[in-house]
Amino acid sequence: MKHIDEYRDTTLVKPLVAELARSVTRPVRVMEVCGTHTMAIFRNGIRSVLPEKMEIVSGPGCPVCVTSASHMDAFITMSELPDVRVAVFGDLFRVPGSNGSLAQASSRGARIDIIYSPMDALDIARNNPGDMVVFLGVGFETTTPAIGATILAAQREQLDNFCVFSTHKVIPGPLEQLMQDPELKINALLCPGHVSAIIGAGAYQPFVDKFGLCCVVAGFEPADLLNGLILLARQVGDNHPRVENMYPRVVSWEGNRRALGMVEEIFEPADMEWRGLGILPLSGLAIREKYARFDAEKRLNISVPAAEEAKGCLCGQILKGKTTPPLCPLFDKRCTPANPIGPCMVSSEGTCAAYHKYGRDA
Amino acid sequence: MCLAIPMKVEKIEGNPDDFTRNQIAVVNMNGISKEVRLDVVDRWPEIGDYVIVHAGFAIHSLDEEDAKKNIELIRELASHMPEEMLLSGDEQ
Amino acid sequence: MSDNTILLDHGSGGIASQDLISGLFLKHLDNPVLRTLEDCAVLDNQPGRLAFSTDSYVVDPIFFPGGDIGKLAVHGTINDLAMRGARPLCLSLGMILEEGMNIDDLEKIVISIGQASTDSHVPIVTGDTKVVPKGKGDKIFINTSGIGIVADEVSISSTNGQAGDAVILSGTMGDHGITIMTRRAGISMHGNLRSDTMPLHRMVALLLEQFPGKIHALRDPTRGGVATSLNEIAAGSKLSIIMEEELLPIRPEVRAACEILGLEPLFLANEGKCLAIVDGSRAEEILRLMRTTAEGREAAIIGRLVDGKSGRVLINTPVGGSRVVAPLHGEPLPRIC
Repeated sequence: MKHIDEYRDTTLVKPLVAELARSVTRPVRVMEVCGTHTMAIFRNGIRSVLPEKMEIVSGPGCPVCVTSASHMDAFITMSELPDVRVAVFGDLFRVPGSNGSLAQASSRGARIDIIYSPMDALDIARNNPGDMVVFLGVGFETTTPAIGATILAAQREQLDNFCVFSTHKVIPGPLEQLMQDPELKINALLCPGHVSAIIGAGAYQPFVDKFGLCCVVAGFEPADLLNGLILLARQVGDNHPRVENMYPRVVSWEGNRRALGMVEEIFEPADMEWRGLGILPLSGLAIREKYARFDAEKRLNISVPAAEEAKGCLCGQILKGKTTPPLCPLFDKRCTPANPIGPCMVSSEGTCAAYHKYGRDA
Repeated sequence: MCLAIPMKVEKIEGNPDDFTRNQIAVVNMNGISKEVRLDVVDRWPEIGDYVIVHAGFAIHSLDEEDAKKNIELIRELASHMPEEMLLSGDEQ
Repeated sequence: MSDNTILLDHGSGGIASQDLISGLFLKHLDNPVLRTLEDCAVLDNQPGRLAFSTDSYVVDPIFFPGGDIGKLAVHGTINDLAMRGARPLCLSLGMILEEGMNIDDLEKIVISIGQASTDSHVPIVTGDTKVVPKGKGDKIFINTSGIGIVADEVSISSTNGQAGDAVILSGTMGDHGITIMTRRAGISMHGNLRSDTMPLHRMVALLLEQFPGKIHALRDPTRGGVATSLNEIAAGSKLSIIMEEELLPIRPEVRAACEILGLEPLFLANEGKCLAIVDGSRAEEILRLMRTTAEGREAAIIGRLVDGKSGRVLINTPVGGSRVVAPLHGEPLPRIC
């Protein structure tokens, strides 16, 4: 597997582990804001080789985990409407709303198709003209262009039984809001590789300028991850925060203009609710009026129930590294992997879920 | 977020400027092939190029020069010798 | 239409049922015990202890590269018997057909069952067929039960693992699971992916004969994959298991399909593989023998049992780190993140 195997080569990776140990000279608290980084760090056992002075916290970067319970409830309600079938990424299938998950709706007879690409939802719509096929749109900048292109394809085909429920979110704005906390305990940001393929490495410059954060864009193979962590440690050590792009095979400074144009054409900024963080202004994308016939909320007249404050949920602070799960009043009481309240519990490798599973040595 | 992997382009259908037709590539990894869309790829690929595929869409065409630079950056980092080891080497 | 599809009449017990039994089932599954068409099979007594197992097969799609639901139903139950060291003697075959099922498809499946049973030398000795109204089933469901004989000196159990034992996997992993998943609607990809469905009783018999007392536990890592089976063995034996990621045998095509869909081969189903927990000091010899068989050609030692937290499975990763491998929670699903 070209462009993958060379980054997994142990003769390359093992020296990088040693180099990481040498590079950490001052305490480094890294936030990664990408569910795929979370998974890759876990799968490669990176935490077990981290130097003592380096810590990684998982930020709000898994689009599935930050999908709010009220959005999940709306998805489930929609899946149970007559003549509606919903198409969904597999990740979302077991995420609970306030009263069960899509998996449970499926067991009650809701028609739910798990798909790999949003284009697969168009196939389903084409083959089932009597049904309204609703794609449950979750995802950040990497995924949104694909959904936009799917909407355009539906328009070209004049496919009338397809629409999208948009809960798409953006990364930089909300992340900036998180970082405004004066007590923030993070000094380094491992920037998401594939979001950056779209928005460009330049998007992180404000984090350096405003918050003095060290920023490195990195890929997902073990050598990429270690490379990213080494450079973050060096930036912290030299006290020279800047944006470094360590994923140049995929990420440019400017990003993917064609994809950004696609998003701009179909979507407009909107306030959006994030699980555990509440409604963050202009942190999401809504479908423009021009494409209203592909907007599930309008087509099916679905309203998202008012967000219920998750009282006592400390995910916001855990994400910022200000506290740890056991200090949260909900942890392992009202909030468990089977009934998660905040995003850190939804993701199987989120901070709270990991604490729940493996205890403090997580 | 966002799982995306490099796959090699074997076939291309459509062209970059004609949005009224399908823009599709057949891509391959280890003998597994798949159709992906080229609607949002940053640079129209050529046969033999690698593209980064996410959710059935190519989102980026890899440039061989960038790829070479990338792995070299990392190899250089991995071959970095700490000063104490260099010193002890000198003594021998 | 009526010529070619299953009708409720085929399950009535009347003439239509008899036609189906003699014209189709007996035609492809014939043997002296089944031929009597009595209410039950009567088997000759054998020395040793009886092993008895049952399993139901509801796989969708019913035909897939490398096999079909019928072949799977024969191999699956044979393998379940073999995993306790039993020599499989015979199988029962229960079928639940959905009204409207294509009879040609049914015949293909029955032919496949006949071949698998003949090739394995394990006859079908009793059977039953029912038909349910359209919509109450999904084309065909199969149950097979099997009886086997365990020689007196043989003791194979998931609780028998010892610290120092080696974990051998008899071949590549994930082939069946990924083949089924990529055949389902919505996840189309092309390439050489094939189910590994295969009977393992002959390889197991050879191991038990050549290395008496040295094979401690056997498991076929079907649903839940290698990860889940190893968790069960670790818990049963009250030990930890440590795997080496670099030693895991995975076909390149399976690896690629997993990369695309965000799946881990460790959690995908296998239908022709076993995990053997064997005496560590003889592991290399056992591996060599396994590799001489068609079933175990690609066998590999993938880890070892160690003293440590009971029931914990760890994997050492190429970066020199390690992580916990928890059992599978639910059906693996393709991911985007």
